[in-house]
Amino acid sequence: MAEPTKHESMKLCPKKLGLFTAFRLMLVRDLTLAMRRRTDVFTTLFFFIIAVTLFPLGVGPEMELLRTMAPGVIWVAALLASMLSLSTLFASDYEDGTLEQMVIAPYPLSVLVLGKLFAHWILTGVPLALLSPLLGMQLGLSTDAIQVLVITLLLGTPVLSLIGSIGAALTLGVRGGGVLLSLLVLPLFVPVLIFGSGAVEAFSAGINIDGHLSLLGAFLIVSIVFAPLATSVALRISVE
Amino acid sequence: MANSRFWLYFSSPKTFYPFAGKLVPWCAGVAVVLTVIGLYLGLLVTPPDYRMGNSYRIIYIHVPAVWMSMLIYMVMAGWAAVGLIWNVKLAEMMAGALAPTGAMFTFIGLWTGALWGQPTWGTYWVWDARLTTYLLLLFLYMGFIALRSAIDDPRRASKASALLAIVGAINVPIIYFSVKWWNTLHQPFTVAPGQESKIDPTMLWTMLIMVFAFWAYAIAVALLRIRSEILEREKNASWVAELLDSSQDTSSEDNIAQEKSAQGDRA
Repeated sequence: MAEPTKHESMKLCPKKLGLFTAFRLMLVRDLTLAMRRRTDVFTTLFFFIIAVTLFPLGVGPEMELLRTMAPGVIWVAALLASMLSLSTLFASDYEDGTLEQMVIAPYPLSVLVLGKLFAHWILTGVPLALLSPLLGMQLGLSTDAIQVLVITLLLGTPVLSLIGSIGAALTLGVRGGGVLLSLLVLPLFVPVLIFGSGAVEAFSAGINIDGHLSLLGAFLIVSIVFAPLATSVALRISVE
Repeated sequence: MANSRFWLYFSSPKTFYPFAGKLVPWCAGVAVVLTVIGLYLGLLVTPPDYRMGNSYRIIYIHVPAVWMSMLIYMVMAGWAAVGLIWNVKLAEMMAGALAPTGAMFTFIGLWTGALWGQPTWGTYWVWDARLTTYLLLLFLYMGFIALRSAIDDPRRASKASALLAIVGAINVPIIYFSVKWWNTLHQPFTVAPGQESKIDPTMLWTMLIMVFAFWAYAIAVALLRIRSEILEREKNASWVAELLDSSQDTSSEDNIAQEKSAQGDRA
């Protein structure tokens, strides 16, 4: 056997680690791996920028039209960018056998999955949300509307990662996995899209957006509780 | 105890196969008879609507199809859960056998709804809450079928798609209550359990007859599909080999008989 990876040495450690430590190690490992392959993160971000840029080119440069479309366009682009990055979520771990080690590790798989997903959100959701003001300005959104946009993206993108991980786990090693993943996951993303972009539109129309934000928060809480469980079941199905 | 043994008896593919074969003609017959009665009542007997005229008659297809599509999804997710939790092979096959029928009913629901919307609302399609969530149901069915057929190993395929069906089941209550939660173009419930119906009793009866016709059709088709899947999955089992041998014998006898009669005709 080759040199044990960081994860295996963790498993061989005689002292059993706490759940939070396992979560943290998984998070740090994924962030470290991503920092060694930085282009993957930037690819997602550039996809996001290019996808938003296509709309003014396709629809025409009328600022009034772009302003009404902006929340939807940015949200759809963020959703697609986050979905494209999902196909690599478990793929390399699946290929090199790390995933099997995760499945047989003496920690709940859902906790490890949650750590991976938190890393995924830091690497995709947070940069997307931080980049969105720039794109919002390009499409003529007001400063206040941009603030709402960033808040909804920060609340909504973790839900996308969480729900999407179920699809990513189910399509592991399946032929045509990427396209199939979008078919499985996009219908489930729709409620987040509706309330995320709806909040920005409602704000621009002068309507109270507490309801939208509460619903996004509710989606987040429900998916934090259930999505890692469903994903770990899916991973066990795919690995066995 | 006897009850549980009864269910276990039918959960074996070997005993279910002939049982399903006996049920199929009955269900198909009921479906045909009820469809004929329902269409006769719906198209010729029930009075025209005082506002919509005759165009409303499509609800005799539309409403039962939509009900069936949502119900089939829930039943499918239920079987998927049974298959995933207790590892029952037949339940997994049942979930897979129901999906194409459910997708077809969803498509019929969308299609008839569009045809009804044109004369009534003046447009084939609106992005209203019920229509949009219902379109998502079609996508969920498509995702289920696509995932199932993309994975080659049948056990993994049925388990993975079962999990997807369970996750997607969240959408069905949202569709059902969308007309209540959001005040949109699609009309709210006219018929619902626990409240007095707002339509003419003959219309209600016609609709219920069509619902039962669609039920019988769905059961018949699902059983047919499950029978072929049992044969495919159990092709290495001895009882399937015996069954196929015996059916080949009879079919070859039939062929001989046909040839004889053909010769007789020529003579």
